[in-house]
Amino acid sequence: MLLSVEGLTIEAGGRRPILREVSLAVGKGEIVGLVGESGSGKSTIARSVLRLLPNGAKVSGRVLVSGADVLTMGPAALRDLRASQVSMIYQDPRSSLNPVRRIGDFLTERMVLTLGRPKAKARARALELLAAVGLRDPALIMRQYPHEVSGGMLQRVVIAAALAADPALLLADEATSALDVTTQAETIALLRRIQAERELGMLFITHDLHLAAAFCDRVHVLYAGTVVESRPAKELFEDPRHPYTAGLLGCTPELGDPRPIRPIPGRPPSLDDVFDGCPFAPRCPQAVDACTERLPEPVAVSGGFAACLEV
Amino acid sequence: MTAVATLPPRAAASPFGYRLATAFLGLVVAAAVLAPLVAPYEPDAVDFAASLAPMSPENLLGADQSGRDLFSRVLYGARTSLIGPLALLAIASVLGVALGTLAAWHRGWVDAVVSRVTDVMYAFPGLLFVVLIVAVFGNGMTTAVIALGLAYAPTIAKYTRSVALGECAKPYIDAYRVQGMGGWTICVRHLVPNMARSIVGYLVVLFGEGLMSLATLSFLGFGAQPPSSDWGLMVKEGQPAIVQGAFLPVLVPGAAIALVVVSFNVIGVRLADRMGVRGS
Amino acid sequence: MIRKLAGLLATLLATSFVIFGASYAAPGDPVTFLAGGKENLTPEYLAAIRAQYHLDDPFLVQYGRWLGDAATGDLGRSLQYNDQVADLLAARLPSTLTLVAYASVLFVVFGVALGVLAAVRGGRTDAAVVAGTTFATSVPPFVVATVLISLFGVQLGWFPVMGGGSLWHLTLPAVTLALGALAIISRVTRQSMVEQRELDHVTVARASGLSERSIVGRHVLRGALGPIVTMCGLVTAGMLAGTVTVETAFGLNGIGSLLVNAINTHDFPVTQAVLLLMVAAYIAVTTVVDLLQPLIDPRVRRRA
Repeated sequence: MLLSVEGLTIEAGGRRPILREVSLAVGKGEIVGLVGESGSGKSTIARSVLRLLPNGAKVSGRVLVSGADVLTMGPAALRDLRASQVSMIYQDPRSSLNPVRRIGDFLTERMVLTLGRPKAKARARALELLAAVGLRDPALIMRQYPHEVSGGMLQRVVIAAALAADPALLLADEATSALDVTTQAETIALLRRIQAERELGMLFITHDLHLAAAFCDRVHVLYAGTVVESRPAKELFEDPRHPYTAGLLGCTPELGDPRPIRPIPGRPPSLDDVFDGCPFAPRCPQAVDACTERLPEPVAVSGGFAACLEV
Repeated sequence: MTAVATLPPRAAASPFGYRLATAFLGLVVAAAVLAPLVAPYEPDAVDFAASLAPMSPENLLGADQSGRDLFSRVLYGARTSLIGPLALLAIASVLGVALGTLAAWHRGWVDAVVSRVTDVMYAFPGLLFVVLIVAVFGNGMTTAVIALGLAYAPTIAKYTRSVALGECAKPYIDAYRVQGMGGWTICVRHLVPNMARSIVGYLVVLFGEGLMSLATLSFLGFGAQPPSSDWGLMVKEGQPAIVQGAFLPVLVPGAAIALVVVSFNVIGVRLADRMGVRGS
Repeated sequence: MIRKLAGLLATLLATSFVIFGASYAAPGDPVTFLAGGKENLTPEYLAAIRAQYHLDDPFLVQYGRWLGDAATGDLGRSLQYNDQVADLLAARLPSTLTLVAYASVLFVVFGVALGVLAAVRGGRTDAAVVAGTTFATSVPPFVVATVLISLFGVQLGWFPVMGGGSLWHLTLPAVTLALGALAIISRVTRQSMVEQRELDHVTVARASGLSERSIVGRHVLRGALGPIVTMCGLVTAGMLAGTVTVETAFGLNGIGSLLVNAINTHDFPVTQAVLLLMVAAYIAVTTVVDLLQPLIDPRVRRRA
């Protein structure tokens, strides 16, 4: 396994852990989706793969990248992991780039400083990568500042930078959420092409279940820091077993779907909401008394599991 | 005039430091008030036998070249050194609050004129505006205090204007206006009292700076004149004794200035912090 | 750019007008005031003054003539030294400029270093720097000067006490002049770096495996540079005025002490000239700093 997260629990000051006993795996050439509302802990999982943890976090469990535990490795190994094995693509490309440096610096910096490549080679590689992500005039873009190009182009730059070190694993944290719809589609297509060409493992984080279902091989649905359902994308989409997954699907409209939009009642839980039982119980239309009393164990369903008493 | 009150970060204002500073300032004020009772000598009692005397039971903090007791002089000096800044801030705040409120209330050309005048005064770095006034009207404590008061007025006006703009946006001001109350009445009876807390907090921060500026003017010979025991003047007069190896005549008043200013800054930071919390 | 230069000219005109007009605000006849003292008021002398300042012309004409002369380097004659003011300034300016340059190097190097140290190390180092700078801004320069003279000049004998000339002579004055500035700069550096550190792109850089040293140097400090450079410029610009106190305290012969002497001897032409020079330098330097901003932050370029 390329990435294997085992029983990851992270506590950082709130009254409940940010993540509780999260396990997931990403293989070579596999796209794994992580879906959930904001605050569900999606980004924390991605960041913990790079050991970018909140200040003062208490962490248990393991995060293995190619068999090495990220959470316990030494500083040199960690820098090597960040530099050459795992790359991350972020939600807002505009804030991912240093606004006072040229785009070329952003691209070559990592290759020169962390991978020790000579400057001329790094530059040639950067031009090559910019062309590979479909940017028309790479030499011009290298000279420009982030504020001079559009958000879609910047996200391509960020993707190019992520590919600079030929990583095996790509973490895409809401990589398309801040872009407008047409750019979003282009970026998704680009990610898919690159992932297929290079046989990358990818952890694809989004709040959009439809997008995840269309893009990923396997999807984990996250609620209040726990994985409530984990299924192959197609099955999850056609036959959601956890009420929360069903609720997520129900609240996004689809063309030609005669059913009315049904929003999930209530609000996403904060870090100060503590649960004895199923965290979704207060908002769940199918909840029974037992739901609030004990945490539901994952139950095997076709292709994966769902953590719900009603399954 | 760039009397910009730069606030130190909040870490400097620990409760312990704050209490210590308050206690020390209390002591200084008491010393200023009770100077005639506490001081062992008259501040300008010359005794050449005691010239440059070291610390001793007779002269607790030593004596200067003319044998004047430094302890007594520093106690009496607390009077001028505290009343001076108080007077200059009184002048500056009356002018500044009036101009700032006027600018915020009328906006338009009044605002423009006030900010142009402010800009011109800000174009004089440091104490140069004050120095110009002193050059024209002659040296002396009164001139120095009035000049500094004028120089600090734009700073206070700027601050008042920003506070007043925020306050004018609140509905209660509109409510009075709708009731047909005149602008003058609203400003004097409602606007200014509501801003008083922020302005007073700001004045505490400026007090330390005002004291430093005034002491500097006295040191340059533009402010307090002999035989006053103003701290800045004491440093000036004590300077020739340094080369004779007698440091007390400069160190005693110098330390007094430094400690009082530090205390005001510590308290000012704390006040600013508190008001920041209340404001949000 | 053009607007900024126009603003510069307008401020220069306004301040020069204030400096010139001040002599008319003085109580009594301007002739008496410009003549300096009260003892030497012979009618011939007054007539000479009247002619020298063209006091019989309308006010604005006088101002225009004075400004024109000043712009061409004719700053009038000193009453005290009976010499061209321009010559007096030229003789004293080098020592003052050396002092300001020396102090600027000190406060920029140590101020930024302390600020970076406080921001990067945090904890006790941070608390110590904050406490130290709070204290440093609370002690007026003339007190610092006397303490330094007492300690390093007289007690330890490491530095000459009075007089000027060599850099060695200028060390204590430069330290005095730099101390308050150093405190301000280290505070601005620290604050600006702490703000920059929180930005997303710094996390992105960290996630790409850059060492902390590169992150601080290439991203945090680079991003914080705008406010730091601005503040360094403002403080340097104000330093010329700061020499008034420091040169007096150390008995240096520069334009700062020249101003103090001029005021104490009622030598108004010299007072006017020094003030005009200091204010003009201050306005010029602050404008230059303003014009430098686009070089530091490319985002400003497009707005301009």
